[in-house]
Amino acid sequence: MQTVSLEQAVAMIPDGASLMIGGFMAVGTPERVVDEIVRQNKRNLTVIANDTASPGRGIGKLIAAKLVHKAIVSHIGLNPETQRQMTAGELEVELVPQGTLIERIRAGGYGLGGVLTQTGIGTMVEKGKQQIKVDGKTYLLEVALRADFALVHAFLVDYLGNVSYALTARNFNPVVAMAAGTVIVDADNIVPIGVISPDHIVTPAPVVDYLVMSA
Amino acid sequence: MEPQTVIPRRIAQELKPGMLVNLGIGIPTLVANYVPEGMHVFFQSENGLIGTGTPPEEGMAHPTLTDAGGRPVTALPGACAFDSAMSFGLIRGGHLDLTVLGGLQVDQEGHLANWMIPGKMVPGMGGAVDLVTGAKRVIVAMQHTAKGSSKLVKECRLPITSLRTVDLLVTELAVISFGNGQATLLETGPGVSIDQVLLATEARLTIPEQVPQMKL
Repeated sequence: MQTVSLEQAVAMIPDGASLMIGGFMAVGTPERVVDEIVRQNKRNLTVIANDTASPGRGIGKLIAAKLVHKAIVSHIGLNPETQRQMTAGELEVELVPQGTLIERIRAGGYGLGGVLTQTGIGTMVEKGKQQIKVDGKTYLLEVALRADFALVHAFLVDYLGNVSYALTARNFNPVVAMAAGTVIVDADNIVPIGVISPDHIVTPAPVVDYLVMSA
Repeated sequence: MEPQTVIPRRIAQELKPGMLVNLGIGIPTLVANYVPEGMHVFFQSENGLIGTGTPPEEGMAHPTLTDAGGRPVTALPGACAFDSAMSFGLIRGGHLDLTVLGGLQVDQEGHLANWMIPGKMVPGMGGAVDLVTGAKRVIVAMQHTAKGSSKLVKECRLPITSLRTVDLLVTELAVISFGNGQATLLETGPGVSIDQVLLATEARLTIPEQVPQMKL
């Protein structure tokens, strides 16, 4: 794990990169990293996340700045701007059931090619997907997802890079931290080694590539 | 009584002690206000919490404690926080006893459509497809009609949420169960006659000999 400034962290992200971003309606999204992406005007991004939040919050800021070319998400209902850009053909949106989305990301991070799920069978979700029978039940094959970068928001990170999360700000964060080439963590608190007990570390330090320095 | 009162009060009668329950946004959320006195029920928010409580008092909200709509909540004693993979493992894996969701349409076989109106409104399905497919029991909470049209239809004209049919539909006019491909009228709303239900319903309804009114 290496510490970097906010500016350096975002400078690593090229135009056209794919980003997995933690957060659920912007709760648990690394807000100042998102702000810096907007400031550095990174373009043509693919965003993989639970949702596009609402205007002015979290991923909603990337949408508003028109930096996103494709969004793979489960929900856009609370961001009218996402829906507008999608309808106007300016933004490609792949809608994925939330439980399937998190499992596709988990598969990507855990070395699996995909998962079998009954979610979506017989609905629009099954379109173009292979169906596989196991013990008489039919499942959809949902393929794994990975990204160039994971942008993670943590509650505590120790000097080694061990991570713990707070309450509902955990959501997608520990899962995306496993599924990207480069993992960037922004933390509410940077603490000495030992402050987080081994049982309470959720994401182990070797998974973390960069910790954004406190302001 | 308003639909926003009748529907959640009636659904709350379906709760049993110790159940793990997921409530959707809108009318379903209100079910939590009518848990029978002294009964302990676990409420799950799919953003990663079991033990979701009421909204906090003024000045007590915290940005890391929210419901699935992103609004501040409290956590009850014994609450448990987890990531989204665990959250949907609970939903898909047969651990969730009951889910209560809103609906755009329900058809007479019990299929639910609740996540998009093609060409008009595409909010995305969020957790709905997993919830309807995976929960042990599915109850739909919705108003019986919209702009004068029945939302209980012969066949869903909107994209369905799951092949799995729902167990119960509660509207301000009726309680309807689904099984063997048919819809059965179990109860009518307070002061509502069977004829009033039939008049407001497009779907074919099976009417048993005895159809009591909801006891609220």
